[in-house]
Amino acid sequence: MDNRYRKRLFVNRFNLVMSLGTMAFGMVFLFWILFVLFENGFAALSPVLFTQDTPPPGSAGGLKNAIFGSLVIVATATFISTPIGILAGIYLAEFGKAGLLAKATRFINDILLSAPSIVIGLFVYTVYVMQVQHFSGWAGSMALALIAIPVVVRTTENMLYLVPNSLREAAIALGAPMWKVILMVTLKAVRGGVITGVLLAVARISGETAPLLFTALNNQFWNSDMNTPMANLPVVIFQFAMSPFEDWKTLAWAGALLITLTVLVLNILARTVFRQASVR
Amino acid sequence: MEAMIARPKVEPRSLPLTAPKMSVEKLDFFYGKFQGLKGVSLNIAERRVTAFIGPSGCGKSTLLRTFNRMYSLYPGQRAEGRIVFNGKNILEPKTDLNLLRAKIGMVFQKPTPFPMSIYDNIAFGVRLYESLPQRQMDERVEWALTKAAMWTEAKDKLKQSGMALSGGQQQRLCIARAVAVKPEVLLLDEPTSALDPISTAKIEELISELKADYTIAIVTHNMQQAARVSDFTAYMYLGELIEFGETDQIFLQPARKETEDYITGRFG
Repeated sequence: MDNRYRKRLFVNRFNLVMSLGTMAFGMVFLFWILFVLFENGFAALSPVLFTQDTPPPGSAGGLKNAIFGSLVIVATATFISTPIGILAGIYLAEFGKAGLLAKATRFINDILLSAPSIVIGLFVYTVYVMQVQHFSGWAGSMALALIAIPVVVRTTENMLYLVPNSLREAAIALGAPMWKVILMVTLKAVRGGVITGVLLAVARISGETAPLLFTALNNQFWNSDMNTPMANLPVVIFQFAMSPFEDWKTLAWAGALLITLTVLVLNILARTVFRQASVR
Repeated sequence: MEAMIARPKVEPRSLPLTAPKMSVEKLDFFYGKFQGLKGVSLNIAERRVTAFIGPSGCGKSTLLRTFNRMYSLYPGQRAEGRIVFNGKNILEPKTDLNLLRAKIGMVFQKPTPFPMSIYDNIAFGVRLYESLPQRQMDERVEWALTKAAMWTEAKDKLKQSGMALSGGQQQRLCIARAVAVKPEVLLLDEPTSALDPISTAKIEELISELKADYTIAIVTHNMQQAARVSDFTAYMYLGELIEFGETDQIFLQPARKETEDYITGRFG
């Protein structure tokens, strides 16, 4: 009896040590990445980043055009993907629970969710960029939207599954039509979670580089026309970091820091502000 | 032996007969292949409380959920037979379910406040079928909350979320919500099984008051509750209606041995 108990204690401690160890292993690399990024990024941070466009090699400049381009491309992608994703998620969770169409959609959505983003980029390149014969901000937004949609679909669907059936039945028992039940009761009950899903999708696409290489490409100058190639942070970072020029490399670090901080803020927002909104 | 367990002789408290509000005729119910109800026939008297008792899985909740066609939400569940309400068989496919459910309200076992303010919880159902000016809506909300014995507790926090209330208050809010749309029938599916004794007592009082205006059908696991609040009691077992009659009759002089065994706790 006593032996058994001691053995159990040992197994418990052994497992605790193992899991702490693996956690520490992961965290070391995470903090290492953050440390290198902060060290180089904060050194490169300056107000000029927001006031000047990307420079030719050897001269001073900022990231204004790239920051603006990224904001516009990501915002457009979000506006496209949010309604589509939420509506598809509603269909899967509320209407097509067991139907063949829903099963197929869910399966394809899962594939899209893990599809390499470069494939999405190539797809938009083939069906849109090649047809219109030029790169553009629109093409970039399309590619990013295609990456964001499955994320929003999945979170919306999963969130709606969390709504107890009794709540749905209670609204239906009052004689409410299905669409009102969904919009005013079930979706409202998990709005915090759905908003969190959208924010996490935004965080995911704001750092995507590969799909933008084939679609929005880049632009050295200030440009607010979505129908032409647009500068954006990920591609600028990609280009500048690979260059031999020191000032370009510095700008790349600054850009990387900006993206990371944006994603960090989005995550914190998702986890605090909107998480609470769903409880209330 | 027989003399030892002789029960007091009772005069059935003969109720003034009311016309049946609903009549169930030879109702069979199926969950896929499994038959949940077998040839159930009974009348639900108008402005009376009818209680359904029986062990778990006996079909009492299933029966209640046919009255507002709640089962129609789930493919694979179907009912055969007739349930006549206001002269129409509600089991017919052409029945408008939303209109039916607006007339037959339901309160569930677990309190289900909507994720909105107390006021909107009640106004939600009213807005579905009536467009009232603000003042009349305010009055309706007050009226419903008063009916559910919630007004004094809730009047100062109408704008607060309904989810922040205690369990008993949430359940009374749900009753207020069901009453607010002025249904003709109220279905209560174990409305107090998740509540403490004080909240239970409040809700039982409420049921006795509500029957002045509404026809009430209540499913309960608590036999004292059935005895206290109901005028008629139906005892069900394994999907069959074993005995149905006036509550006093069922509890004091049950005609069937099975009913007596269940009521006296000698079941099984």
